[in-house]
Amino acid sequence: MPLYKEQGIVLRAIKLGESDKIVSILTQGSGKIRAVAKGIRRTNSKFGARLEPLTHVSLLLYQGRNLDTVTQAEIISPFRSIRADFELIAAAETMLEAADKVAEEHERNVRLFLLLLSGLRALDERPLDPEAVAESYLLKLLSLSGFHPSFSACAVCGTPGPHEWFSAGQGGIVCQADAEHDAGRVAEPAVRWLDGLARADLMAAGDMTPELQTRREARAMLFGFVEYHLERRIRSFALLAR
Amino acid sequence: MFEGPIQDLIDELSRLPGIGPKSAQRLAFYIVKAPAEDARRLSEALVAAKDKVRFCTECFAVSEGDRCRICRDPGRDPTVICVVEESKDQAAIEKAGVIKGRYHVLGGAISPLEGIGPDDLRVQELLDRVQRDGVQEVILATNPNLEGNATAMFVAALLRPSGVRVTRLASGLPVGGDLEYADEVTLGQALEGRREM
Ligand SMILES: [Zn+2]
Ligand SMILES: [Zn+2]
Repeated sequence: MPLYKEQGIVLRAIKLGESDKIVSILTQGSGKIRAVAKGIRRTNSKFGARLEPLTHVSLLLYQGRNLDTVTQAEIISPFRSIRADFELIAAAETMLEAADKVAEEHERNVRLFLLLLSGLRALDERPLDPEAVAESYLLKLLSLSGFHPSFSACAVCGTPGPHEWFSAGQGGIVCQADAEHDAGRVAEPAVRWLDGLARADLMAAGDMTPELQTRREARAMLFGFVEYHLERRIRSFALLAR
Repeated sequence: MFEGPIQDLIDELSRLPGIGPKSAQRLAFYIVKAPAEDARRLSEALVAAKDKVRFCTECFAVSEGDRCRICRDPGRDPTVICVVEESKDQAAIEKAGVIKGRYHVLGGAISPLEGIGPDDLRVQELLDRVQRDGVQEVILATNPNLEGNATAMFVAALLRPSGVRVTRLASGLPVGGDLEYADEVTLGQALEGRREM
């Protein structure tokens, strides 16, 4: 089966040679794939904007030995609103980068694809607080990857909260007795805010915005948790936090 | 893995952008097999380029001297600055012969996935020039892709308080192309950027 059809979201594109690019795509049925788009950097390329990062596309690909080649691409959604706003782009980049880190090449992961798609759709609606949507998405991504953080009960003994300690390594909030040396003190509003984001529908997550102090604390907890469990640095966090 | 100088050469070459280990090996063996004269010319060109080419202290384009040809030219309007990502973009725009003003090379575009943040670009230097030279218009000519657009939006937001006129390079249909083959993003932008005739 040298030719195959897929749909997916373009995560990133890196330059290759004189006028080509390698595009990384999170597909619905084939996991993450990397494919060459020939001539795409020329202004008269048949691809135009169809394979820009942050585009939902349907594709016809040619299966190669090392890399596949994109032979046709049609836009399903260009997420036009996101592209017009720096804050929305920053939130979207965070989503793309985190998905890129979690996705495995050629390993089907429909739930991850659908999560990214609904995250981007939520952003495309221009939510009041795009950062909250990105944070809610990260929490869902963690759960999907088996690292669901505990916000309502001690992650070790299960005693219902609130608790004053949080440890990425231990898996969420922890009671005084269980807190290990790497646990940090946390205020209740930040924990409650993250708990709310973890439960919220992505379409509704951006309706509310927290106080600055709560956001700062929640962000430190969440970003630390993500990087600890995904074992990767997420570079877009710097842009999101501006 | 090879031994000694050939492996050193392969290692050095594979540090270049766009050169993988396989290409580095091919280039290294090509160089080793080529006449000694060719290799000497290549190494001299490398050293000379590194020694003599610098970056203009004004606009950060590659330049032979302290300030580039364009910044030294009194005929170029200092109140109009065209902002580009790289020197090669400046060269491309210069060929069009439309910009009567000067340039500013940012040194890239914001791209978190490649680890390039706003602080890695020469944005503050641009703001300083706008203040200092009484600039009237800043033309944002970053690439019309996600990174280039994000960079343009970021820079535009920082320029807003200064009151300077900020414009963005139009994007839309390529001249000489067929409308029916255009994708909806390109076509949409072409429509948004339409003008009176
Ligand atoms: Zn406990
Ligand atoms: Zn100059």
